[in-house]
Amino acid sequence: MRRLAARAAFVGLALGAWQVASSLATSRVLLPPPADVLAWVGRAAADGTLAASALVTLRRLAVGYLLGLAVGLPLGVLCARWRLAEDTVGLAAVGVQSLPSVCWAPLAMLWFGANERAMLFIVLMGTVGSIVLATAHGIRSVPSIYARAARTMGSKGLHTWTSVIVPASMPAVVAGMKQAWAFAWRSLMAAEIYVVVAGHAGLGLLLHYGREFHAMDQVLGVILLIVTLGVAFDRLLFAPVEAALHRRWGTGRTP
Amino acid sequence: MSGSVDRELSPAPPLKLSLRGVRKSYVGRAGPVLAVDGIDLDVSEGEFVCLVGPSGCGKSTLLSLVAGLERPDGGAVLADGKPVVGPGRERTMMFQEHALFPWRTVEGNVRFGLELKEGLDRATRGEVAEHYLRLVGLEGFRRAWVHELSGGMRQRVALARALAPNPRVLLMDEPFAALDAMSRERLYEDLQRIFAARRTTVLFVTHNVREAACLGDRIVVMSARPGRVVGEVRVALPRPRDINRSDVVEHAREVTRLLSVPAGAAS
Repeated sequence: MRRLAARAAFVGLALGAWQVASSLATSRVLLPPPADVLAWVGRAAADGTLAASALVTLRRLAVGYLLGLAVGLPLGVLCARWRLAEDTVGLAAVGVQSLPSVCWAPLAMLWFGANERAMLFIVLMGTVGSIVLATAHGIRSVPSIYARAARTMGSKGLHTWTSVIVPASMPAVVAGMKQAWAFAWRSLMAAEIYVVVAGHAGLGLLLHYGREFHAMDQVLGVILLIVTLGVAFDRLLFAPVEAALHRRWGTGRTP
Repeated sequence: MSGSVDRELSPAPPLKLSLRGVRKSYVGRAGPVLAVDGIDLDVSEGEFVCLVGPSGCGKSTLLSLVAGLERPDGGAVLADGKPVVGPGRERTMMFQEHALFPWRTVEGNVRFGLELKEGLDRATRGEVAEHYLRLVGLEGFRRAWVHELSGGMRQRVALARALAPNPRVLLMDEPFAALDAMSRERLYEDLQRIFAARRTTVLFVTHNVREAACLGDRIVVMSARPGRVVGEVRVALPRPRDINRSDVVEHAREVTRLLSVPAGAAS
């Protein structure tokens, strides 16, 4: 209850500061007050633009992210398991991760054209590296004594992997998946601003149009929506899993 | 109670262990280190043998070899006359760090080895796990997470987990070294009570000579690097033994005396 109050107070304070800043700003166009932005959000929600764009974006995000997991998790396991994979795939993962994913946009446009495949490619390249690295790191950090103890009780091979290594690596792997989710958002927004797919306007494209039309209320409204969606997904997707892990490991409390 | 539960709970016949000229080295930072060299050791069925020696004498290495987690470079490790080729649940192990799985509840940990046994249904596994938790006095903590337990309780769960698959040998690698004296002494009592009721061969590694005298039928004394057997002490005292009793202390003193003999002069 107190934490909820603290959060509400914090949001209120931020809105207040925004209000003051916009009244001091030289131009209402450059920094519209919260009321204008909320009014735009209301209009866009009413005419369906917001829901349609959010749906386009979330669909790309979900497909791209799941693709990233499907490619990244096995590669991460491979890197943890075989030195050769670590020296090759692992190295590539570090390289890909250090490259901002928008750098893939020119290439994606030429390879795939301005379409969904280009979008997915950019999201994939933005997420897969961090998933590979986090998975490999998570598995390598599993204390070897767990596997040893399991083997003395008759566990071996695949069983040791599925019932010891995988659950033991979950805290690190889930942290990596959460980070990759954030990377997926970043990649997709860059991709949507850069790659325009006709008839499929995502939130990134709304940002782009907002800039073209000097509609700062639209730009800020979309940013607000992205932030809200980000927080919502963090709470819905990751918070319960993290809470379950913290409960088991006895972690996550303020020291 | 079903027949399979009774069968599960009646102790499996203990194993006889024989080590013949066992040698094992590992690669250290400054090249290969000979951990144990020429170890001959017999442990008869149902015997409780303590291995005592200074740190680095390779006593934990010996346990890993008997467990089958590692293979000897030379010599043979035999269980009932057959060479040990890998780990198996007839030889379970307890470690100094409890090695319990944090993603499983207390009961889930005890169930782990049971889940690998074929022919046990869920209910049977539950009853067997329940039995061992009661045996170590933790029946009220079935659903607790590992981090919620004290050090002594964790080792109790580890003991229950190691016993649940009904091993024929229990290997214990300094299981009480990290505990406070009070938890330790209570565990000595419980351990003696548990092993009075079942004959399981036990190989128990410790550097605590009083602990060895309190628990063991026999104490095998090892020298430091490379580990060699330098002598042994038989403890023929009645059980349960109190670690502070004068005859236990007397035996411990004899072990200490053996430990202080330089390795070369012993054999």
